[in-house]
Amino acid sequence: MPCAIAFVLIFGLCKRVNVFEAFVRGAKDGIKMLYNIAPTLIGLIVAVSMLKASGCLTLLSDTLSPLTEKIGFPSELLPMTLLRPVSGGGSTALLNQVLSDYGPDSFLGRCASVIAGSTETTFYATTLYYNSVGIKKIRHSLFASLVADFTAAVVAVVTVNLFFLQ
Amino acid sequence: MLSYIFAFMIAASVLCSVFLGTTKEMSDSLMSGAQQAVELIVTMSGMMCLWSGVMEVAKESRLTNALAKAFSPILRKLFPDVKKDSVAFECISMNVAANLLGLGNAATPLGLKAMKELKGDSTSVVATDAMITFVVMNTSSIQLLPTTIATMRSALGSDSPFDIVLCVWITSVVALALGLSVAKILCKRGEKVGANNAVRDSVCADIRAVQKG
Repeated sequence: MPCAIAFVLIFGLCKRVNVFEAFVRGAKDGIKMLYNIAPTLIGLIVAVSMLKASGCLTLLSDTLSPLTEKIGFPSELLPMTLLRPVSGGGSTALLNQVLSDYGPDSFLGRCASVIAGSTETTFYATTLYYNSVGIKKIRHSLFASLVADFTAAVVAVVTVNLFFLQ
Repeated sequence: MLSYIFAFMIAASVLCSVFLGTTKEMSDSLMSGAQQAVELIVTMSGMMCLWSGVMEVAKESRLTNALAKAFSPILRKLFPDVKKDSVAFECISMNVAANLLGLGNAATPLGLKAMKELKGDSTSVVATDAMITFVVMNTSSIQLLPTTIATMRSALGSDSPFDIVLCVWITSVVALALGLSVAKILCKRGEKVGANNAVRDSVCADIRAVQKG
């Protein structure tokens, strides 16, 4: 990661960009972005920690575990995986819950991170892009996107198993 | 949408806690959850600012353009209907490059412009093959460095927050490849059905012409 930063900065210098000024401007945008997402995240993290403390989350994953066991998918990750295509904030809150419950370097923590890192808020993006140009019939677009999301969930568990166990 | 999810989560927790007798834990979690959220945001803020600063440098030095050029051969294969020197193609490759660098704020406007260019003057409300390929690409994550996730991991005490990068790359590529293949196959099948319909229509027209004659 430090290499990536050094690379970008040197690349910028070679292109005669005022590197530090640009950096400060970008960092300011970072603060603005955090300011914008903070209320959403507070609301949703509270909701998710209530779900967890009330036992609802455990109940949900226990109910669904017979289904997920068949394909070898950990049921603890199911709520996050299902919410991921629908709501970015909601799934971030659930990711936070998984990471703090099981630890970011645990098997479940790693799987959750990989799933979150390799998927997007499918429904939001699909609606946004097609609505912007007045497309009403999206044919099989959503289906193909959901196939990708489902694949990501399965492959994430497989790769984490492959790279981090033994 | 989020209103329903939010209200549903709270209502479900209250309901569950009454049935499972966990009302006390749940009301405690209200306070600790809010505190935890603020802690997370504060611990993340340093890294987030650092990254958006570095990414701004990348944007200023037109690293996005270089990346767009590097990826255009692949994109040319994926979008056979889009001319390679058209504005649409340029928007598509810039959008992909911005997504690769994790510049979400820059990628979305470029993506919307690409959709507008792909539509052109047509008044059709049906998505074209190129539009579907493009939207499917934007609904899968193709980020070189998953910085937000890594920041969150390190805020929660990970030893090496970036050790998942390889897994993320493999997973994203496999997922995107499968999503795009499904899209392509279904586009082809759609064409076949369309062609069959055209044949049927012309045969019907012939029969009608014969009957009239």
